[in-house]
Amino acid sequence: MSLRIIRPGLLTTVQDRGRHGLQHLGVVPCGPMDPVALELANALVGNRDGEAAIEFTVLGPEIAFEADALISLCGALFEANVGGVPVPANRPVFLPKNSVLRTGRALLGSRGYLAVAGGIATEPVLGSRSTYLPAKFGGLEGRLLRAGDALPLSEGISSLSLKRYGNLENRKVMAGLRTVGWSAPALTLPEREPITIHAMEGRHHAHFDAASQRAFFEATWKVSPDSNRMGFRLVGPVLARAEAFEILSEPACFGTVQVPANGLPIALMADHQTTGGYPKIAEIAAADVPRLAQLAPGGSVQFARCTLEQAGELRRALRQRVDSALRSLAWDYQA
Amino acid sequence: MYAEFGDIDRTAASGGVDLELNRSLQALAVAIRVRAVPWIRDVVPALCGIALHFDPFHPELPESVLEVCRELLEECFKSASKFEDSGRTVEVPVCYDPFFALDMEEVAAATRISAQNIQKVHTSTKHWVLMVGFSPGQPYIGGLDPKLSVPRRATPRTRMPMGAVAIANAQTAVYPYETPGGWSIIGRTPLTVFDPARDPPSLFAPGDRVRFVAISRDEFEKLL
Repeated sequence: MSLRIIRPGLLTTVQDRGRHGLQHLGVVPCGPMDPVALELANALVGNRDGEAAIEFTVLGPEIAFEADALISLCGALFEANVGGVPVPANRPVFLPKNSVLRTGRALLGSRGYLAVAGGIATEPVLGSRSTYLPAKFGGLEGRLLRAGDALPLSEGISSLSLKRYGNLENRKVMAGLRTVGWSAPALTLPEREPITIHAMEGRHHAHFDAASQRAFFEATWKVSPDSNRMGFRLVGPVLARAEAFEILSEPACFGTVQVPANGLPIALMADHQTTGGYPKIAEIAAADVPRLAQLAPGGSVQFARCTLEQAGELRRALRQRVDSALRSLAWDYQA
Repeated sequence: MYAEFGDIDRTAASGGVDLELNRSLQALAVAIRVRAVPWIRDVVPALCGIALHFDPFHPELPESVLEVCRELLEECFKSASKFEDSGRTVEVPVCYDPFFALDMEEVAAATRISAQNIQKVHTSTKHWVLMVGFSPGQPYIGGLDPKLSVPRRATPRTRMPMGAVAIANAQTAVYPYETPGGWSIIGRTPLTVFDPARDPPSLFAPGDRVRFVAISRDEFEKLL
């Protein structure tokens, strides 16, 4: 059983929960840019949390299914159809074998996730199927997916998937597709731009001059087209340090905002380097990282100052919203 | 997403890495990892600090995570065995031939030490791995003779050759991948620094002792 990529879309990779526990050896976790969307996508098809799915960016792929499949599309809202019939996002959808799923442009947000019951079954590397583009391993040969690729699917479909799968298979065809009448909420789509992202002052915030310290939290930043899974380059006022000094390389994480010599900040994303020697002006609240990840190149963002305690509250609030969405999926597909 | 407890003032004062501190951080990292705290995903001993990366959405994540981390660090610091290094010495064959040592002339000019003597000093001093980071398996190796100290290059290269052995300030790095880099290249190793299919995947781990061994271009080709 496999999926065949007819047209890859943009920056399309295999990603699971990530390769954690190896950062002391310089191996960054990778994983989804929007972990909340991946979690919902997996839950909708009855997969375990963190199963491998396909991530795509701004322009979605065209994919042929060689066998019957239960799928879900989460994250950014993409144009999507099977044989001209629109495929709804955030729902489990049954596709009979030989279906071709065509996705197009992102209508809202930028990162889409296609989960398939059972999960993508490429060979795990160092305990994960996540594609590590800079080091060229994981996923499919450590690279972007391209036309003609065949992606193996797991044969071991969970009992929950089977239950849901059977339920949908026997359902009446509604508008040409077997699906349900409800959908899971999209929790990470960007609201009206500029979006507001909470961030704490970084370790070196005080080393920037007074104007730059203010500018970071007051300016509207644009995501440069030069951005990728390693980092979002932000275009806005040039930030300057009060005095030049060399910083020793130190650990960084998903959401660290560092400022290289040119004064334009970079928000480190899923494939960031594990350590870096640029001063850190801010750390983005973990709860807001998925929404930033959903901003497309050219999108605009403002940073709202928050404390560590507030970041914790945001995190718990998001966890509660995800949990309540997941609880509502635990029903059988009767509604 | 992470909490860091560095020692920036001490670093600034000494202008470099405090080696005692670096060694105790590595022992501390081992002690924390042994605890297997479910919400801590990564424990990264760095040059002069330690990073604890946690799962921000883990159900068991405590509300006062910073306090819990502080307590954990204090407890583990007490229980951490006095630093004993990994016991490993990694022997790194390096070809210092001008063909590979792209910046040797500049380093020789800046330090007023001949290329031959740079090689002699680099291979006769004791080095050890202070941190692994930047890209998979890339070691920050301390112990460089102060006589060989040169600042980072004004303009970084966009691509360092794979296996480049390069120096800056008080350290040596070995580049596992063709990544950008601003350090001065004084040689190249034929060894594969990181291979995800190998066990262990990384040639270097924090705490390893390192010995550089000079090899000829012929030997380089054979070892490749």
